[in-house]
Amino acid sequence: MLAFIGRRILIAIPTIILISIFVFTLQHLLPGDPILVLAGEERDPEVLEFLREKYRLNDPIPIQYLAWVGNALQGDLGISFRTNQPVLELIGEKLPVTLQLATMALIIAMVIGIPAGVLSAYKKGTWIDWVANVVALSGLSVPNFWLGIMMILLVSVKLGWLPASGYQPFAEDPLQSIKTMLMPAFVLGTAIAATLMRHTRSAMLSVLKSDYIRTARAKGLAEHVVLIKHALRNALVPIVTVTTLIFGELLAGAVLTEQIFTIPGFGKLVVDAVFNRDYAVVQGIVLCTGVAFIFMNLLADVAYRVLNPRMGDK
Amino acid sequence: MLKPRHIALALAFGLAATAVQAQDMRIGLQEDPDVLDPDQSRTFVGRIVYASMCDKLVDITPGLEIIPQLATGWEWSDDGLTLTMTLREGVTFHDGTAFNAEAVAANIDRSQNLPESRRKSELSSITGVEVVDEYAISFSLDAPDATLLAQFADRSGMMLSPTAFGEAGIDFGLKPVCSGPFSFVERIQQDRIVLERFDDYWNADAINVDSVTFLPIPDTTVRLANLRAGDLNMLERLAATDVASVQGDDGLTMEQAVSLGYQGITINVGNGAGADNPLGQDARIRQALSLAIDRNVINQVVFEGAFAPGNQPFPPTSPWYNDAYPVPERDVEAARALLAEAGFADGINITVQVANNPVQQQMMQVVQAMASEAGINIELQAKEFATLLADQSAGEYQASQVGWSGRVDPDGNIHQFMTTGGGINDSGYSNPEVDRLLNEARTSTDTEVRVASYNAARDILIEDLPIIYLYHVTWIWALDDAVQGFVPYPDGMIRLEGVTINE
Amino acid sequence: MSALADPQAVATLPKKQSRFWKKMRANPAALLGGALVLFFVAVAALAPVLPIADPIATDWGAVRQAPSAAHLFGTDEIGRDVLSRMVWGAQASLLAGVVSVAIAVCLGVPLGVMAGYMGGWTDAAISRVTEALLAAPFLILAIALAAFLGPSLTNAMIAIGLSAMPIFIRLSRAQTMVVMTEDYVESARAVGLKPLALVSRYILPNIFPPILVQATLTIATAIIAEASLSFLGLGQQPPTPSWGSMLNVAKNFLEQAPWMALYPGAGIFLVVLGFNLLGDGLRDALDPRDH
Repeated sequence: MLAFIGRRILIAIPTIILISIFVFTLQHLLPGDPILVLAGEERDPEVLEFLREKYRLNDPIPIQYLAWVGNALQGDLGISFRTNQPVLELIGEKLPVTLQLATMALIIAMVIGIPAGVLSAYKKGTWIDWVANVVALSGLSVPNFWLGIMMILLVSVKLGWLPASGYQPFAEDPLQSIKTMLMPAFVLGTAIAATLMRHTRSAMLSVLKSDYIRTARAKGLAEHVVLIKHALRNALVPIVTVTTLIFGELLAGAVLTEQIFTIPGFGKLVVDAVFNRDYAVVQGIVLCTGVAFIFMNLLADVAYRVLNPRMGDK
Repeated sequence: MLKPRHIALALAFGLAATAVQAQDMRIGLQEDPDVLDPDQSRTFVGRIVYASMCDKLVDITPGLEIIPQLATGWEWSDDGLTLTMTLREGVTFHDGTAFNAEAVAANIDRSQNLPESRRKSELSSITGVEVVDEYAISFSLDAPDATLLAQFADRSGMMLSPTAFGEAGIDFGLKPVCSGPFSFVERIQQDRIVLERFDDYWNADAINVDSVTFLPIPDTTVRLANLRAGDLNMLERLAATDVASVQGDDGLTMEQAVSLGYQGITINVGNGAGADNPLGQDARIRQALSLAIDRNVINQVVFEGAFAPGNQPFPPTSPWYNDAYPVPERDVEAARALLAEAGFADGINITVQVANNPVQQQMMQVVQAMASEAGINIELQAKEFATLLADQSAGEYQASQVGWSGRVDPDGNIHQFMTTGGGINDSGYSNPEVDRLLNEARTSTDTEVRVASYNAARDILIEDLPIIYLYHVTWIWALDDAVQGFVPYPDGMIRLEGVTINE
Repeated sequence: MSALADPQAVATLPKKQSRFWKKMRANPAALLGGALVLFFVAVAALAPVLPIADPIATDWGAVRQAPSAAHLFGTDEIGRDVLSRMVWGAQASLLAGVVSVAIAVCLGVPLGVMAGYMGGWTDAAISRVTEALLAAPFLILAIALAAFLGPSLTNAMIAIGLSAMPIFIRLSRAQTMVVMTEDYVESARAVGLKPLALVSRYILPNIFPPILVQATLTIATAIIAEASLSFLGLGQQPPTPSWGSMLNVAKNFLEQAPWMALYPGAGIFLVVLGFNLLGDGLRDALDPRDH
């Protein structure tokens, strides 16, 4: 197992280097001059030139990249052009926000997706299966941002039940924090509930056909005991694996949801940074989400192996 | 066991306790401010935060007169080359550092010499600063500068604690220390900026709330929903299309003021190869475009009549507005005639770049529809703002829809745009006579001379039309009706002196 | 298709096909999906001949009017007919879905087959790049690409296509590797069949079904991605309508003109649901393992 993890980490290194090169090159190719954005309404040529030098924007891109890597290896991801705040500090500020959103979304998705998957596998081929499938796919098909604005209109503007936007740190006021995050988490959760439901369904289907379920039934155990205690428990392996992968995607996928609900997390930070040409911030965040994505993949593989020992080292 | 009477009493005490509880003023902003260092700052929205945090040497009245703030009085020498200011005594910065002439000198030095400073051009006329005594300072200028006091009423005149910027250097913006009514507590980017009441403020009696929280909420609908839900006490830049709904809401009030800035179409007349086309070379086509546009209809359709149609760099409400040129009526026939005269009787195709934001695009689609009726076919080129700015500065455009947030002194709205080689002269316009007139207006302290110079420059510019002015934004604030005493200012700032929240 | 020349394929195909149709017909969800897709394709294709208003004709006197007999879906912020813009916007959305997936398939499948067929360094290089692309979040990548290329529908399609490419590389690589281990492929190699012939005769036909399924599902994702980019101002530009850009404008008038947001959102939802249901049905019908 250790050798497996070690090998996976070794493979991940060139991937991470590639991501950073992609993003670095791409954003330096973006039209638009970050220094002009930085200058705003005042444009003193002397100051512009000073800033260009200061942020090394006059150097060739490979040199700029190497300088960035050099600093990154020492734990310095640069500062935000826009606010002068260190990128690492910004990431530390935003990570808990997106983490909370992703966690709540995942919980909502599991509450909807897993029972629906179990039910539709159990009732395979009936209209219940059919309806569950269409409902799950509807969640996947509805554009997040549209559902978001429609819910704001209904729940916040018309009914006034939940705050329309913002973020309340969990540590300061847990109840308000959950209330504020409920709508965005729901919007995000509906999309992944479908994925979860379908994986649960197919895992349950193969388990339900196995011998021990037949034995359990033959012993005269109640149907819900068979379903929950025996079948679902065994179907959990692929479900856990998929959940881990989904969580990795969620961390990075909250982009539009955060934009709509004005949640100061990763997604909002990165979109605003792309539009403001805040290079160091974009670079830092993509590096982080990339690492998180790879880490989650690794975790999923490890989980799969731990939960499913039959699978030996390939 | 508590008897009912006791419970009632306890409740009453509880209520009384909430009444004296700390009052937080929550203000919704349209954007997240940039760095909170007045010397490095560059956004309009940042100035709204400074208005509560950083006092300036002077301030303005809603009528744009200059009034004392940290400077209690001032005097110009007869030749207009020396300005002497008397400073307020007993003022301290939030960190306890004393405010005096030395502090002012250090601040001016920082604004002029910090390599990252964006204030250099605003203070370029100052050649020497002399500390006369602890509470008097004098500035020597290389030429008379009519704009200087107005600069002192904005970021160039904001006084920062010399102790704080001595220690923090360019990182001052991470924890700004000024001398205003509120001091900095914390900032979470894109989420909030929190300030708390500064008890040693020189005018502390006028401050009635205990803290201010600025919340950037870009979406106008969401911002308003937050106000309605009671999560905000007030918001700035209410969308013009939401005015009717706020007026119909008993729990809300509204204040407005026509801004100092403008929105228009900048035309490339001499900025590189992009000017090499009929629109850039022939003023008659630009005049035709201007005539084809119905500025009142734009205001009605896009802004529900809340903004101010315009045709000059200053709004019609400004004392600098030239009444000899009222906002023109739409005249499609005249536009067609001008086009025919220029040799385009069959119509002409032009390209206008516009930022990819829905309101500006809506406005330009209205212009597009109007212009096509006069034979001017506009192709709209949507660009991200960062790209639009870069292309405009590099001259890679034919025409560009942009605006300007406006300055207290008229010079700020026209000089750098219209003079040869001016800092923001993206149009590439160059006319020695206009240069002469605008420089004259800048270096005269006599208002009549200035008005005459601006009018003379306007005579030329209204013919040449390097910028076709369209309208002036109206700043609109929506407030919870518990908020009282708010005074709208044309600079769009929120001044909290005298503002109360009634429970 | 060259696969038809192969006796074995000819022998099995009709049987497969009939089973495929039988399974599709028995799946009401897939039929519903197919109907939805067909409906929107028809609407988009018939846009020029349908009796609707000009989608870019403005009317200052009828700004943001609620649905009525004159304007069934109401009017927008400068008095254009929302129904007509919906119909013409269907073109943009469907085009965005299909073209960007075509880009992803045309680039991704050859790369994936190459990686799977050649193995070794080629495979390692392609796989690392794919992983890197996958690790950069899809929408962020698309946003950066669209910003780089400049906001327009064409550029949004390219950006989405490139961002969706890694899925197809990965899928076709895995499928190719499976097919390569089949006995008949090994014997074909042994008799000296040229690589290109091998690929076109055995590999492509065998990886076609999963690619088709994935493509259908990715069209759904791509339509949402285009709407998202347009919503951020990076897609279709005015005055030409697309559902995403209509929503971008509509969000400023939620209270005053909710119909401006309602219809384009519902349009996206239905067409995406259609592709998802169809793709799902195709997957079941083409699945060789019969559950």
